[in-house]
Amino acid sequence: MADHTIDHNTLPPNPEKATLEGRNKFMGFWFFLGGETVLFASLFGTYLGLRGGTVDGPGPSELFHLPFVFLMTMILLTSSLTSVFAIISMKRGNYKGLLAWMTVTVLLGVAFLGLEIYEFVEYVDHGLGFTTSAFGSAFYTLVGTHGAHVAFGIAWITTLIIRYRKSGLTLTNAPKFYTAVLYWHFIDVVWVFIFSIVYLMGIGG
Amino acid sequence: MSYAKAQSKSTLWDWLTTVDHKKIGIMYLVAGAFFFALGGLEAILMRIQLMFPEFTFLPAQTFNELLTMHGTTMIFLAAMPLLFGLMNYIIPLQIGARDVAFPFLNSLGFWLFLFGGILLNISWFVGGAPDAGWTAYVPLSSESPGTGIDYYVLGLQVSGAGTLIGGINFLVTIINMRAPGMSMMRMPLFTWSSFVASILILFAFPALTIGLLLLMLERVFDATYFNVGMGGNVIIWQHLFWIFGHPEVYILILPAFGIFSEVIPTFAKKRLFGYSAMVFATLIIGFLGFMVWAHHMFTVGMGPVANSIFAVATMAIAVPTGIKIFNWLLTLWGGRIRFTTANLFALAFIPSFVMGGVTGVMLATSAANYQFHDTYFVVAHFHYVIIGGVVLGLFAGAYYWWPRIFGYKLDEKLGKIFFWLFLIGFHLTFFVQHFLGLIGMPRRVASYLDGQGLNAMNLISTIGAFLMAVAFIIFVVSIFTSRNNKVTEEDPWGDGRTLEWTIPTPTPEYNFAQTPLVRDVDALWYEKYEGDGKMKAAEPLGDIHMPNGSILPIVISLGLFIASFGFIYHHAGFTWLAVVGLAITFGAMFVRSIKEDHGYHIPVDEITNNKGGE
Repeated sequence: MADHTIDHNTLPPNPEKATLEGRNKFMGFWFFLGGETVLFASLFGTYLGLRGGTVDGPGPSELFHLPFVFLMTMILLTSSLTSVFAIISMKRGNYKGLLAWMTVTVLLGVAFLGLEIYEFVEYVDHGLGFTTSAFGSAFYTLVGTHGAHVAFGIAWITTLIIRYRKSGLTLTNAPKFYTAVLYWHFIDVVWVFIFSIVYLMGIGG
Repeated sequence: MSYAKAQSKSTLWDWLTTVDHKKIGIMYLVAGAFFFALGGLEAILMRIQLMFPEFTFLPAQTFNELLTMHGTTMIFLAAMPLLFGLMNYIIPLQIGARDVAFPFLNSLGFWLFLFGGILLNISWFVGGAPDAGWTAYVPLSSESPGTGIDYYVLGLQVSGAGTLIGGINFLVTIINMRAPGMSMMRMPLFTWSSFVASILILFAFPALTIGLLLLMLERVFDATYFNVGMGGNVIIWQHLFWIFGHPEVYILILPAFGIFSEVIPTFAKKRLFGYSAMVFATLIIGFLGFMVWAHHMFTVGMGPVANSIFAVATMAIAVPTGIKIFNWLLTLWGGRIRFTTANLFALAFIPSFVMGGVTGVMLATSAANYQFHDTYFVVAHFHYVIIGGVVLGLFAGAYYWWPRIFGYKLDEKLGKIFFWLFLIGFHLTFFVQHFLGLIGMPRRVASYLDGQGLNAMNLISTIGAFLMAVAFIIFVVSIFTSRNNKVTEEDPWGDGRTLEWTIPTPTPEYNFAQTPLVRDVDALWYEKYEGDGKMKAAEPLGDIHMPNGSILPIVISLGLFIASFGFIYHHAGFTWLAVVGLAITFGAMFVRSIKEDHGYHIPVDEITNNKGGE
């Protein structure tokens, strides 16, 4: 039923929500993101409670290099924008455009992740290990959990792109792309909070 | 896959791969009952140790392990799965759906819970169970030697993931899958309360996930969140734990409230008094449930302002709960009450739970809490609300829905013996514990001295515990001896009001041959009094689409189970096991992602045959 290709002309206006399965997936994913919000809120709370606990190790203001983190932020925000372009392409029935923009999104995600790994290596060189202090543990846990989410998102979207490279847009894969993009926006929003609370407050406050 | 092919599979394979909400519900019930018996056994062993002063039945370390495992098992592996079993079986039937929104995830949630429960209990056989209490306060838990706490952390992490998945599944099912005409304000109260409980699961469990993650990283990978010498803070654990832990008790009690709201009207032969007040009281309890976690921490030293705020918020919960109590009483008022076993449990719940509520308000008085904290008064309080509320609710629900789920009625005579023994045993065990606490007996102690006025009440308490154990054995016996009380009618109690009593017994695989049209709250009751007693169909008879079974949920859960051992024995060099396990889990998720599975159809003649043969 739902597995044959939908012609551009017969495509329902919102293919991601056209079937009950799609609607369920859509709503279930929003709920999941609600749970993820509490998950990150718990990590932020922990970090705020522990960010002064540097003991003998380096503290935020000695480590963080704002221009570098700003670059990371811009890359991730841009990747959110390109995923929006992907969804616009989907709504217009332009499947090639969808795949192309999703690929750009993944590449930007990979760039972000690479910079984050580089950043962590730098900090370890400057004397902040995972076990150096409570600040170190809390920092790596919060930012690392976000990084793990980015990595998972990259793997997920890559899987979708490869799996559906030839299928065209269907009522089955439209919800999948749509939820993947929701997820991508979510990790982007979390990063905005990390940028503000961890980096800006770390340097300014 | 064709329908005939789906039928030809072996029974075992069928149960291992099933995505049918009814079979998953039954598996939850069976596994939950097993863990309930296990947790009960642990309680009996503790009560034997406390029977006499300075008794030497158990070493103190074993006692600590028992009290930890009793609490953890009863909350996570008994009460929640038993409620999930009923929710799984009953909610789709009550809303007129053929299955839950995510049948695959439903199965995954069950297997995660089961593997997590097994993992936790393996600790008994490999160097000792966790021993830091079910709350696992740091630094007691982070410094605890051995692997017990590691099993606690990973066992709960795995089973908690299953619970979270289950919660999301119920939410989407209830919002998206209701039959035509069933608006939110026409939903049965059990569905409503399960809906609110699922919201609580969604927003409470991630806090536990993070707490457990931090504790695991602290123990296994030497992180320093809770190490004060390294800049850490031990209170963070308490906050994270109770931000989860307090909503958790409402996750347990709200579905039980829902069960009473189904049982009491049925056996009072009246509709529920104050339906909308019940719905809003449930929502308010759910909301306030998130605002009160720090009342578990009054003695931590948060200061008078924080203590006062949390005290007032806690007392406020008594208001919506009181509304519910009065609504149940007024449902009974003037009703034609039948004293079936299910209803006896519901009637006994009202005074028992009110007693637990009263001690709850006493405990919420933060100044007095300094006296009550960590004494048997607290133990008495939470057993009054959990046994007097949740467990009585589970038994009421079991007797009420047994004919729907298993196709026979449980013996009423044995049921009444079970009920009275259990109720008397329960009050005998826990009523005296209020006074033990008030005269100063601390909780979680392996023994006490002679000559302090504690002997007689401890002995009484132990005798009560044995009565409860005997009662439960009678219940288990009656499950087997009642098998001949076969039920064939759709509405075996005669006064069913909701959609689960409109379908043939035993329940067909597809639940409803035709989706029913709901015309009022208490859909079936309305048709009985305003229509011809039968539900109107909302669709013509046709082929029914069903999802295919899958073995992947077990594979995903097994992967996490294996990975957990890698983390637990990280220091012994087994980290590779974690890599293998996670590879299995993510590999199975990958397969699930790339393999499209569109299910199969049950042909219409199959359905008409079944209808004719009922």
